[in-house]
Amino acid sequence: MKNFSLSVKNLTRKPGRTAALALLTAFLALAVFGGSVVVLSLRKGLNSLEARLGADIILVPDQAQSKVSFQNLFLQGTTGAFYMDASVLEKALEVEGVEKAAPQTFLASLKADCCSIKIQVIGIDPEKDFTVQPWIERSLARALGDMDVAVGCKVEADVGEIIRIYERRCKVVARLEATGTGLDTAVYCSMNTMDQLLKAAEEKGVSHRMASGDDVISAVYIKVKDGYDIDNVNSRLNSRVRKATAVRTRSMITGVSDSLAGVSRTVTILIVAVWALAFVILLLAFAMIIRERSREFAVLRLLGASRGMLSRTVLQESALCGLLGGVTGVGLSALLLFPFAQLIESALQLPYLMPDMINIVWLGLGTVLLSVIVAALSSVIAAYRLSRVDPGNALREGN
Amino acid sequence: MTVKAENISKRYFRKTGGANHFYAMNDLNLTITSGEMTVLTGRSGSGKTTLLNILSGLLAPTEGRVWIDGTDLYSLDDKALSRLRNEKIGVIPQGRSAIDTLTVMENILLPAKLYGKPFPAEAASRWMERLGIAHLKDARPAELSGGELRRMAIVRALSNSPDILLADEPTDDLDDENTAMVLSAFRAAAHAGKAVLLVTHEKDALNYADQAYQMESGKIRPLSY
Repeated sequence: MKNFSLSVKNLTRKPGRTAALALLTAFLALAVFGGSVVVLSLRKGLNSLEARLGADIILVPDQAQSKVSFQNLFLQGTTGAFYMDASVLEKALEVEGVEKAAPQTFLASLKADCCSIKIQVIGIDPEKDFTVQPWIERSLARALGDMDVAVGCKVEADVGEIIRIYERRCKVVARLEATGTGLDTAVYCSMNTMDQLLKAAEEKGVSHRMASGDDVISAVYIKVKDGYDIDNVNSRLNSRVRKATAVRTRSMITGVSDSLAGVSRTVTILIVAVWALAFVILLLAFAMIIRERSREFAVLRLLGASRGMLSRTVLQESALCGLLGGVTGVGLSALLLFPFAQLIESALQLPYLMPDMINIVWLGLGTVLLSVIVAALSSVIAAYRLSRVDPGNALREGN
Repeated sequence: MTVKAENISKRYFRKTGGANHFYAMNDLNLTITSGEMTVLTGRSGSGKTTLLNILSGLLAPTEGRVWIDGTDLYSLDDKALSRLRNEKIGVIPQGRSAIDTLTVMENILLPAKLYGKPFPAEAASRWMERLGIAHLKDARPAELSGGELRRMAIVRALSNSPDILLADEPTDDLDDENTAMVLSAFRAAAHAGKAVLLVTHEKDALNYADQAYQMESGKIRPLSY
């Protein structure tokens, strides 16, 4: 690194040339970092959705239009309310292969104090629940009490605050971690609380339960025993439990997976195309620059620089351009991605959850390193050709 | 210190017209020694610059050898040859030889910087003063005239105290006053024990020379003056 300062001077004192090269690598870094963050966010969103659903099968009333209603509910945060008799739970538990079954009851609020939009209220049975309860336990050490609610991360209410749902005062006792799905806009409560809220809704003239009777639930989340085929259990549930439809959770999120695969593919193609194009442009740019600087390098040879020194100088300069471009690209990408994450989520209409900061930092560092390597690689041919140039001829041609 | 060119030939290939090759020099012998200033004159295209490039280790001859104090220059690998050039040979090429991104002083100290040697700042200041470019030490090459650039290249070669000085038309672009100043600087360097070879059209240079040669069609002959 004896002549590192020479490389730095060459770059800083030719700012136009340096900026042009750095800009090219910045595009590379922007494409890689931006594309990767989007894809990772979608993957994390999907994983989170799968984890939150936590069940192999969901049993819903026939009128719930199964997948469509559920997908809207989970992915886009649209509210829904459909009911069936609570006895469905017992019937489901009798089916062979069912290990666990937990009920949930839905209620779409009109407009709570906390929110400018309708919110989805979900009643759970803390003792039986194996899907939401583990998430609640991360924020709340006890079970949800009477008129206690746990809110999704996008519900604008802090712990300790009182929110009003159908004129009933509910106390926020926990805020759940982000899932990147419509579940982030839901409010969770115990079945007792849900019962009171349903009654309040009826008092307001909003008849949710319809003809289903008083003891109703909206869905039963089912965990299949190890060693049982989920599809078979699903078929058995459909044939044994009347007025309810069993839906495999995987099939519910198949559409999401397909969309995610599509987006991933598009982003990957885009990244490869940008890299290929930028690599070729960088290759040509370095070749042109080296040709333009052949006299300068001939002078260095004249003063005693070896071929190796010249090659190292070129590689150092291109790597520094790559570093500058990489950092710029990652920075620009971060400026676009982080403040507009919400907008991206809305535009994609897919579960979108930013990776952890530590992963983002690693990804950023990896992208910068990749930019440095690509920039250095694209100058390798130029550096080799340069080291073979006859300095005597180069000096003569320059006159 | 002795530089000896022994039976040097340099053949170039021609892409079009006539024979497919020609000799820029053929079976040439020349010796330059410490404490002497040698002047080489000749018409354009007679092979002077080619000879200078061969002597400085920049252009391998087709045949023959170049010895520097018993070392066959072209038997060395690139690394060793480059190091030897840096330490023992000061070359002043024709035309511009400045690195545009460096200041005049940085250009002058560049040979030392390449190998992490101590900067000959004192010698550089002295030679800059003597050749009238001391006030330009922080200027960039683009701000200099052709004559100032020539003097910068000469100061660079002299400041790094090489044993051998090879100068190709060092007085180009210089007025009479500066020409005299530069020629006396080379004379002083020879007095100080350096082997100096000056390739020039400048007739006045002969007045400073210990020996002179005329080059014609790739051959040299002693010049009486």
